[in-house]
Amino acid sequence: MTMPRPPGPSLRFVAVWRRNLLVWRKLAIPSMLGNLADPVIYMLGLGYGLGALLPEIAGISYIAFLAAGTLCYSTMNSATFEALYSGFSRMQVQRTWEAMLNAPLELDDVLLGELVWAASKSVLSGLAILLVAWALGLTASPLALWSVPLIFLVGLTFGAIGLIVTAIAPGYDFFMYYFTLFITPMVLLSGVFFPAEQLPGAIQTLGQALPLAHAVALARPLLLGHVPESVPYHLAVLAGYLVVAFPVAVALARRRLLK
Amino acid sequence: MAPLTVAGLRKRYGAIEVLAGVSFEIARGKCFGLLGPNGAGKTTTLRCVLGLTPPAAGEIRLCGEPVPARAREARIRVGVVPQVDNLDPDFSVAENLLVYGRYFGLPERVIRSRIPPLLEFAGLAGRAATGIRELSGGMKRRLALARALINEPELLVLDEPTTGLDPQARHLIWDRLMALPKRGVTVLLTTHFMEEAERLCHDIAILDHGRVIARGPARELIAAHIEPQVVEVYGEGAREWAQAHASGLSARVETAGETVFCYLSDATTLLAHLEGQAGLRYLHRPADLEDVFLKLTGRELRE
Repeated sequence: MTMPRPPGPSLRFVAVWRRNLLVWRKLAIPSMLGNLADPVIYMLGLGYGLGALLPEIAGISYIAFLAAGTLCYSTMNSATFEALYSGFSRMQVQRTWEAMLNAPLELDDVLLGELVWAASKSVLSGLAILLVAWALGLTASPLALWSVPLIFLVGLTFGAIGLIVTAIAPGYDFFMYYFTLFITPMVLLSGVFFPAEQLPGAIQTLGQALPLAHAVALARPLLLGHVPESVPYHLAVLAGYLVVAFPVAVALARRRLLK
Repeated sequence: MAPLTVAGLRKRYGAIEVLAGVSFEIARGKCFGLLGPNGAGKTTTLRCVLGLTPPAAGEIRLCGEPVPARAREARIRVGVVPQVDNLDPDFSVAENLLVYGRYFGLPERVIRSRIPPLLEFAGLAGRAATGIRELSGGMKRRLALARALINEPELLVLDEPTTGLDPQARHLIWDRLMALPKRGVTVLLTTHFMEEAERLCHDIAILDHGRVIARGPARELIAAHIEPQVVEVYGEGAREWAQAHASGLSARVETAGETVFCYLSDATTLLAHLEGQAGLRYLHRPADLEDVFLKLTGRELRE
């Protein structure tokens, strides 16, 4: 047997990315509705509806607080759905990856193409929230533009974690476990809808170990026009998840498809 | 140099040795058939050849490159028609070719110039803008063939190219495949249709239990492994008749269910005898590759 190799992708991943872009262009309108309209509706509904009942949080309105949470949540969801459901369709149902592997693409190229694609799609989702927040006057600072590269990084991080789940999934039903056991608890621990300080200390610590809290910790001050604290630390946690998760996803996909 | 050389290929899945030392070589511009019952190791051989799974032992040279070490470089010069359709269902016919050509790193201009002649070749001219969901099974197969030719490959690999097609669609695929060696394309196909192998393949390897058990052109395999004539006898009392008379009148007798296969060099005496047997029906035909295949791999079901 050959020894396991580290990922060795090439620039050919761009062809995979372009393939997904071409499909997206054909299905853009329903895809936009799902990815963009849904979180905007939630943000407005919760922000104004629930927000009317709440006092200010840390000196800002609830909807202004919620904007950064929604930005990160929406970015994460978009990358996750792409890596899970769409990725699984291409891997298992349509056998798109198999067709690619018969061409001069390696599985590493295919996964890198999927990862960058998932992050690219999540940028659209994040940008839409950012635009809505700007239009509503919830963010005005040029600092908010720094959230664009942040969105891309968050998309890469959750895309990579999602690809691990896809690589081990027996079917679509399996993804419910991931959402129920990982995504949903993490959202509640990460300061998306309310400050994590509301939670007991031990649970706060758990939230701090997960990537979404670090995305929120960077996005919220940026949207409010402040320079975030501990920027290198938060970026390192997000990047750390990415650089661990992607090689794991590649290894698991190799074990599944190249045996 | 041969477009493909395989030597001593071994591969094991758990307790089962799927490939137990497979060796063969394909001559340039020829069509080579890999035959075998289900589970004989045909698809695993193809996967090893394409570098999609590493063999436990053995050497592969594909288009001059060692595989799996330089499988990507080798695949630049190979086209593949997979067993199960994996066309992109969201794309049109032409988009499928365009996107696939990009995987090879071909310039856009080159791909676009190749699409019309390929669609012509595949009998899909005028279908460039048609969606995949509107294509029949035969058209999808032909598109998969056109897609595999987008990089103008030296070697075309087809895994059971006509399984599931009706006779009309199958004949059209055969016709297209026969045109390829004349253009200098070497073809490697797996099949379990003996007629397909006899018509298309210049050279055949029969694979069973992970080994090549026979090798050569169809006519030579028939001459080497089997008597030239076959008389099939059926009907009520065929088995009893066989027990009483068949071995005396034939070189070799096989019984499968209610059918008796008599293999022999000269059928004159046997046919005269059968004329006098009321209730027995029979068919006299020359031996073919299927007879060789069944003799070598047995008549038991492989599931």
